[in-house]
Amino acid sequence: MHELSIVASLFEILEEKAREQRAERVVLVKLKVGKLSGVVPEFLQSAFEIYRQDTIAASSSLEIEVVPVRIKCRKCRSETLKDDFVFTCPSCGSNDLEIIEGTELLLDKIDLEV
Amino acid sequence: MEKKEIAVREDILGSNKKVATEIRAKLAPAGILVVNFLSSPGSGKTSLLERIAVTLRPTHKMAVIEGDIETERDAERIRKKGVPAWQITTGGACHLEAKMIARLLPEIPSETEFLFIENVGNLVCPASYDLGESLRCVLLSAPEGDDKPKKYPKAFSTADCLIITKADLIPYLPFDLERAGNEALEINPRLRIFVTSALHGRGIAELVRYFIETRVNMIQRHA
Repeated sequence: MHELSIVASLFEILEEKAREQRAERVVLVKLKVGKLSGVVPEFLQSAFEIYRQDTIAASSSLEIEVVPVRIKCRKCRSETLKDDFVFTCPSCGSNDLEIIEGTELLLDKIDLEV
Repeated sequence: MEKKEIAVREDILGSNKKVATEIRAKLAPAGILVVNFLSSPGSGKTSLLERIAVTLRPTHKMAVIEGDIETERDAERIRKKGVPAWQITTGGACHLEAKMIARLLPEIPSETEFLFIENVGNLVCPASYDLGESLRCVLLSAPEGDDKPKKYPKAFSTADCLIITKADLIPYLPFDLERAGNEALEINPRLRIFVTSALHGRGIAELVRYFIETRVNMIQRHA
């Protein structure tokens, strides 16, 4: 349950961006959360709703896009979506893989009222 | 009132990663190998560190940072082995963050060769936080069961080595060592696996040798 600490870090960025843009309000926050980010989107949502009170994002809503795990084989260069946590290339059987998507915890976009 | 969409594309844990990168940039070239121990509570992190101290301390300088929600107990156990130890009590937080380590750095003796960080007992949250370590070890004790790697993929996928602990109990448990190893390797094929017993000393010499080799490699990379 580290979602509240993550939301605290998120608000540091939100407040900085709102200040830079001289925004009155943050109205929408869009995140990209990888399936291998170690974070539970539902908990993030609840933590966000608690944390936003009395902030510049008090009336904002949170949209979370869950990003599946995508791997790229360093041997045969093929890319595959993975949902079973078995990190073997289905094309050539190699274990030499790179995770190219699915570990991110990203503040993607925000909508502001300026 | 005007509405404006801003593309931010910033890593939410970017500020933690920044501090972690600074710690690594400072300690790795100074020859200090930082090892982050992750596991569930009660899997034997402190007992393993006590055993490591017995083997490593006669020839190398080591120090330990203990992370717990409350109490100074683990640091006291490590100090009894003659090893300098600092306790971070998080007061409820389920993981350590890089800034907590950064705050302690001025106190770590510069001649330290190995700095072990025992994270808060939790197989979920600590996995998301880089502490500036050069080596991440995940511990799995035999009584926890051989099915844990797939249940906690993040911890196993981000680790460099898997340490099976309490191996002395395996004969009394439905724990399949091969299954545990294979599950972990499916998630992370580059994992090094060690089978240990802090009670009987099994596997400790191999593990300590691995730490020493990893430090030598780290120093060569920075030479």
